[in-house]
Amino acid sequence: MASTSLSTILRVQNANISVPTGLFINGNFRKGRGKSITTIDPSLGTPVLPPGVTICGASKEDVDDAVKAARQAFQTTWGLNTPGTERSRLIHKLANLIERDQADLALLETVDSGKPISWSKADITDTVACLRYYAGWADKIVGQTLECNVKEKQGFTRHEPIGVVGAIIPWNYPMFAWKIAPALAVGCSLVFKPAENTPLSVLKIAELFNEAGFPAGVFNVVNGFGAETGSAIASHPGIDKVAFTGSTATGRAIAVAAAQSNLKKVTLELGGKSANIIFPSADLDQAVNWAALGVFENAGQSCSAGSRVLVHESIYEEFCKKIKIAAEKIKLGPTLDEETWQGPQVSETQFKRIMEHIRIGKEEDKGRVLTGGKQWGTKGYYIEPTIFVDISPKARISTEEIFGPVLVVLPFKTEEEALELANSTEYGLGSAVHSQDPSQIQRVAAKLNAGTVWINQYTFTGNNIPFGGYKTSGWGRELGSYGLENYLSVKAMHYYYGEPIEFPLKL
Amino acid sequence: MVNAEIALLGGRKVTTPTGLFINNEWVPSSDGGTFETVNPATGQKLLDVSSATSEDVDKAVAAARKAFNTTWGRHSVPTERARLLNKLADLIERDAQHLGELESVNSGKGLRVARDYDIGDCVACLRYYAGWADKITGQTIEVNSQAKFVYTTQDPIGVCGQIIPWNYPMMMWCWKTGPALAAGCTIVMKPSELTPLTALALCDLIVEAGFPAGVVNTLPGLGKTTGAAIAEHMDIDKIAFTGSVITGRTIMKAAASSNLKKVTLELGGKSPNIIFDSADVDQAAMWAACGVFYNSGQDCCAGTRLYVQEKIYDNFMAKLVKLAETASIGDPWDEATGFGPLISAAQRDKVLGYIESGISEGAKVATGGKKWANSPGYYVEPTILTGCKPEMKVVKEEIFGPVLVVTKFATEEEVLALANDTTYGLGAAVHTSNAKQAMRVSGALNSGTVWVNSYGALHNNVPFGGYKTSGIGRELGSHGINEYTITKAVHHNLLEDDASWPV
Repeated sequence: MASTSLSTILRVQNANISVPTGLFINGNFRKGRGKSITTIDPSLGTPVLPPGVTICGASKEDVDDAVKAARQAFQTTWGLNTPGTERSRLIHKLANLIERDQADLALLETVDSGKPISWSKADITDTVACLRYYAGWADKIVGQTLECNVKEKQGFTRHEPIGVVGAIIPWNYPMFAWKIAPALAVGCSLVFKPAENTPLSVLKIAELFNEAGFPAGVFNVVNGFGAETGSAIASHPGIDKVAFTGSTATGRAIAVAAAQSNLKKVTLELGGKSANIIFPSADLDQAVNWAALGVFENAGQSCSAGSRVLVHESIYEEFCKKIKIAAEKIKLGPTLDEETWQGPQVSETQFKRIMEHIRIGKEEDKGRVLTGGKQWGTKGYYIEPTIFVDISPKARISTEEIFGPVLVVLPFKTEEEALELANSTEYGLGSAVHSQDPSQIQRVAAKLNAGTVWINQYTFTGNNIPFGGYKTSGWGRELGSYGLENYLSVKAMHYYYGEPIEFPLKL
Repeated sequence: MVNAEIALLGGRKVTTPTGLFINNEWVPSSDGGTFETVNPATGQKLLDVSSATSEDVDKAVAAARKAFNTTWGRHSVPTERARLLNKLADLIERDAQHLGELESVNSGKGLRVARDYDIGDCVACLRYYAGWADKITGQTIEVNSQAKFVYTTQDPIGVCGQIIPWNYPMMMWCWKTGPALAAGCTIVMKPSELTPLTALALCDLIVEAGFPAGVVNTLPGLGKTTGAAIAEHMDIDKIAFTGSVITGRTIMKAAASSNLKKVTLELGGKSPNIIFDSADVDQAAMWAACGVFYNSGQDCCAGTRLYVQEKIYDNFMAKLVKLAETASIGDPWDEATGFGPLISAAQRDKVLGYIESGISEGAKVATGGKKWANSPGYYVEPTILTGCKPEMKVVKEEIFGPVLVVTKFATEEEVLALANDTTYGLGAAVHTSNAKQAMRVSGALNSGTVWVNSYGALHNNVPFGGYKTSGIGRELGSHGINEYTITKAVHHNLLEDDASWPV
């Protein structure tokens, strides 16, 4: 029986967390007319919420209502009607409230997404930092003045908020700041769809928008399924821009829908098959640590995961020995346990896909499993950290994005070969160079076709450093000042104050 | 003694710092010397404040240098600098009433104005600059991608000497500390000897916020001794000064003669306010009154020369005189007060001297012209002198008091020539309802700030500074940050066999 109230109490460890279950539109929670969501705790394979309690899903009509609310806010109480210093103050307030409530939010995130609790806490710290970074931009949005001819004309550009933004985010990092923060900073309002696998934490944060004092309609949450809610957003004529992070296949569909509807602007953060390149001069122990982090972090569920390691043949054997040891040190376990490092995959569907890739790797690609290759435990969707060696770079698991804790290790002879291997992919999201040779580092970095190149590091992004893909890994950049551009339109003003003209004009 | 008792609103006694603040500690001056500070609304002495010697300046610079090399500068993380600046802003906001009272009793500002306007702006300024700390970017520059990797970094300049004036003591403190700290510089600050008290009280908040020792150091003292020692110091990398043109010149000479430290200056002005026939007369009159009488005229960009076009002259002047006569002059403790005394007897006498000079050169007093009789403080009435001509002393020289000189004009060409005929170039304004005229005239005025249909309003994200002898460099906005960074270009050679010798 569906729940008739719009919130529920979730008991996690010793906390009683009240969780809203409705859609959040125009500052209020309300029922949805779309297909509702039963969210599963992937460490157990069982529903998170009490029996009969579901999360409301948004229909096309609900999305319409959210867009109306967002548009109304943008034209009256938000957009450039609210000066940057006030937008800054509100975003800082939101950051402070998330920081205040981090314990409950982390618990919610863990049970909903399967992230181990220590990683959920780190995500919230990052979210707070990202909001604070963009709060600082809100009163620093500048255009240009352009000299034409001081006696008759002055040029200006105004950098204006684009309007109503549809944001569709994935389940691997449900904390949502990368889209929210820059959009709010410049004055856009949002219609926000979390992933159907992880609908909970953003609903809790919606309450904080009211507490922080954002005007109603600035931030709207429409949970739902991609086919219903996501596609309603992508094709909505009243949405000025859609920002999507997720699979390449869905990204394409969104871009097509955007083009066919109102040519809304589109940014996409899609998949990857990123290569970690280790040269002979590298500090091998460090390279191993970074490579292990790069692929096994978040159970491999990272768009920029370093899922291929290319190792120079002279250090290949030693590398394989060391990375096997590193992978086998990883502690899987209950997600609420502070000691657990790797959690389950987010869903049964993902689990099956990854296990299928592992089967393909063994049986069709004929690779050798150095470690792992099996389910871990008997409950939930855990997969052992898995490393394949002795496999072709053209094998399916060497080229397809797996999105799980599966690493492919490939040897190379020369720098040219390493670059050839690294760049032979339709993707171009992350990459890394491990080397102590300063010239080699720059040479290789210059030639890698990827939006991010880590040097003697992996994984860690920075709120002020742009992130995004070459090739089919996406369109546009998030983070840094670059992230602001996604949410701005440029208006050129030609201010004429010169002499009268005659008509027809003598050329 | 490094602190003393002072009576604030309602006679409430508090202890307030009066010593030197070096390395997060309070110390007396090395020779025990002090100077007096006075309440300009009563003429009464407030207390004695330590006067820093050049030996004290050496100690402060050493502390600032050590912090820059160990806990601040490039040894600090930008998000941490942002966090500390935001914390400081929060603390100032928390203590706004107390700091407002201290600012008011030391400077003569109305308490309401000090607390709600000055301190409100201060908090906003620090929060604005906190947001810049992790956004100071350099460039990567394509030269030859096969051969070189080249980039710039914007590094903090280093140890900065900052000398601030008495007209907006706390605001000037924040305008200087905000960008300097955001950029990663350390500071040796000399507040005005007339108004040291809030700068000193803020140092307790620096400690409470958690700034490492040596990042901010405050040395009250006299210009001739403390100020000179800072300007001449061989280990200060940059000096920022706000004050008179004369002192600005001295500082720049000292900077050049010592170690060629970088210099920025915010100096005086004699800013023209131009009212065209098409202006909204009521609005323009209020802007004009505010522009010259705010802070009792003690404002570097005060609109002190008024030019009114002939058709509206009589109507406009009638309104303006009425506004001057209804300035809310009073006791600074009174919440209704918007117009306080001048800062000192010397300043008051100087202003009265200028009024005499104007009269002797033929100007007429339309209103004011005298001391305000209702108080022993250093008050001068809002004063308007009409019939002023360009050769008059009162038209050419900065008075720094509530004295407006008025000239009637006929044409746009004529008034532009008059407006620009000055060695200064800090502020200027044009009031008109003609869009083309607004664009033409604002483009033609040689001034660091031009207001159109307003006067005086500044914002933390908009740069401010002077043309000509009004100064060098800009404060506020991103420009403010640029003045505290220095560019380093790094060229990485990628080719292994590129060197050649002999050429």
